Amino acid sequence: MKQVPATESKLTIVADGNDIDRSNLSFIVNPYDEFAVEEALQIKERLGAGEVTVLSMRQHESQKPEEALRTCLAMGADKAILLDGPAFHGGDSFTTATALTSAIQRLPFDLLLFGKQAVDDDGGTVGIQVAELLGIPHVAVVNKLEVHPVSRAVVAHRQVEDGIEVVEASFPVVITCQKGLNEPRYPSLPGIMKAKQKPLNTWTCEDIGIDPGRLGASGAKLKTLRVEPPPTRLTGRILDGDTSTAVKELVRILHEEEKLI
Amino acid sequence: MPNSILVFCEQRDGQLKNVGLEALGEAHRLGTSSGVAICACIIGSDVASSANDLSAYGASRVYVAENASLAHYSAELYATILSDLAARLQPVAICMGATAMGKDIAPRLAAKLKTALVQDCVSLKMEEDCSLVATRPMYGGKLMAIVKPVSLALQVVTIRQNVFPALELKPNTSIPIEYLALPTTRTRSVAKVREVQQTVGGKRELTEAPIIVSGGRGLKGPENFKLVEELANALGGAVGASRAAVDAGWKPHSYQVGLTGKTVSPQCYVACGISGAIQHQAGMSSARVIVAINSNPAAPIFKLATYGIVGNLFDILPVLTEEVKKLRKKCA
Ligand SMILES: Cc1cc2nc3c(=O)[nH]c(=O)nc-3n(C[C@H](O)[C@H](O)[C@H](O)COP(=O)(O)OP(=O)(O)OC[C@H]3O[C@@H](n4cnc5c(N)ncnc54)[C@H](O)[C@@H]3O)c2cc1C
Ligand SMILES: Nc1ncnc2c1ncn2[C@@H]1O[C@H](COP(=O)(O)O)[C@@H](O)[C@H]1O
Repeated sequence: MKQVPATESKLTIVADGNDIDRSNLSFIVNPYDEFAVEEALQIKERLGAGEVTVLSMRQHESQKPEEALRTCLAMGADKAILLDGPAFHGGDSFTTATALTSAIQRLPFDLLLFGKQAVDDDGGTVGIQVAELLGIPHVAVVNKLEVHPVSRAVVAHRQVEDGIEVVEASFPVVITCQKGLNEPRYPSLPGIMKAKQKPLNTWTCEDIGIDPGRLGASGAKLKTLRVEPPPTRLTGRILDGDTSTAVKELVRILHEEEKLI
Repeated sequence: MPNSILVFCEQRDGQLKNVGLEALGEAHRLGTSSGVAICACIIGSDVASSANDLSAYGASRVYVAENASLAHYSAELYATILSDLAARLQPVAICMGATAMGKDIAPRLAAKLKTALVQDCVSLKMEEDCSLVATRPMYGGKLMAIVKPVSLALQVVTIRQNVFPALELKPNTSIPIEYLALPTTRTRSVAKVREVQQTVGGKRELTEAPIIVSGGRGLKGPENFKLVEELANALGGAVGASRAAVDAGWKPHSYQVGLTGKTVSPQCYVACGISGAIQHQAGMSSARVIVAINSNPAAPIFKLATYGIVGNLFDILPVLTEEVKKLRKKCA
């Protein structure tokens, strides 16, 4: 689970021009990761067995993933782990996947649920790379999931351009979650109270036995030269007049100037 | 071939996807100045017949992995075929479409090759040292990031559909075609596609459509989507929807454009009765031309629109559809 800036945030670029200024932002649980947490809770409820662990890595000093982890605990997760320390800062999807993989190898698991993408970097990468690094299968962008505990397998539906792929895979497996999978619950008041007692452990790179050189900015494969606002569109033209005049003008423009019709 | 770019040209049911051809075109454009060869790779069960066609889109060499077992897509198998080929060719980059398939293969491939990955590029530039500088949207299109690999290593990129033009050269029927042996080491457990359920049935898929007409809450009810559909038909485009329309149950989620729906980049996007919330913009702001039809002149969609008509869509859409049909008839 990644904590990301709220989707309504107004973003400003830092002086160096290669990142956003996070100092005044409010943060939320990545919306796709809410689907992942909810699905894990529903599977546990359905099977009447199992344990839900939420894992997050602090990628920037200004992030407060503890808050997001508490939210997940309040939703009903059993325990939370935070990967924390300067070694994890900066970096790219690959270093994130590398760090999460090392932590996951220290935990028992059958199912690994991720969001289909983090809405800040829009990567859509980390879950699939964790699967590759662990050497296990993945099904990405899943909007329907059946779990068969006896055969230790899943059947997942994933939306592709012209249809739905129905995919089978055995445990352990990575699933990345898409909207439509479920309706994430809101933490209840008793849930929030209980969450305060639940374990939230912090692990450093020593705890997960990984060389800091493989993490964060020093392990990254990519560097961001700069971030910039999207190219400004020319100010639009409002077509005036009555319906018929405006529509005729629009069709003329789309035909003659834009060559679209 | 150290001096090459490898392009994965996706196909489904023997049909090459446009975006693979767009990737070939971009690779060709990047490569010509630096003398880079363009190697195309196609994977599937009945694909060899398209191999020759690829020369017309810029390929100088084609690798074909063809086998009945490849009829259904498999992330592990496809990524292994590509990584084995990349290990042999040592290309400067591997390029493919940012489709459901491309975005699924690329992360595995990059992790196998322990190399950099850039998803959903909208612009690429080759430096003198052959490394690629890529531009990609982040934060739902609110910002663009310009990124470069840290070391001079092969990089994997997926490109957004409808952004890069495909080439149309004279086909060269004598380009070399090589058939690839399938990877044999299959000790790992893999995910298997059991079936593909068609949902769109014949209609043009949203992310590939050159023109999209979308409807929002302003349509007031599911029955009025026919106004949007009629305009889309007249324009030869596809139909999309805002989340409000999807949440109301007027259209299935596969129609949704935006942050939690599809990202589209058509030549023309017509938003009807859609306010243009930031999360909707995240899915459509890179359309070349945006037309907004909305009764509220203060709707945010007008800030983004290339052309706007302020008014009642129930009056405007039927007239617009008629005018488009008239023009079509005249031009036919
Ligand atoms: C985490 C998150 C993710 C989201 N993801 C998405 C997403 O993927 N896609 C998405 O679309 N939204 C998404 N949203 C929702 C988004 O914020 C808006 O609520 C949604 O886009 C509104 O849809 P709308 O424009 O159809 O409806 P409204 O905002 O209600 O707009 C309806 C518009 O129709 C106009 N109108 C009404 N009657 C007429 C008429 N007779 N003629 C002409 N115009 C008329 C009105 O002026 C108004 O502008 C997301 C929100 C969140 C918080
Ligand atoms: N720092 C992080 N900590 C925990 N999970 C993460 C982190 N970054 C990404 N993820 C997971 O990977 C998914 C995809 O992220 P991305 O590839 O960045 O779009 C997210 O939805 C999360 O489930």
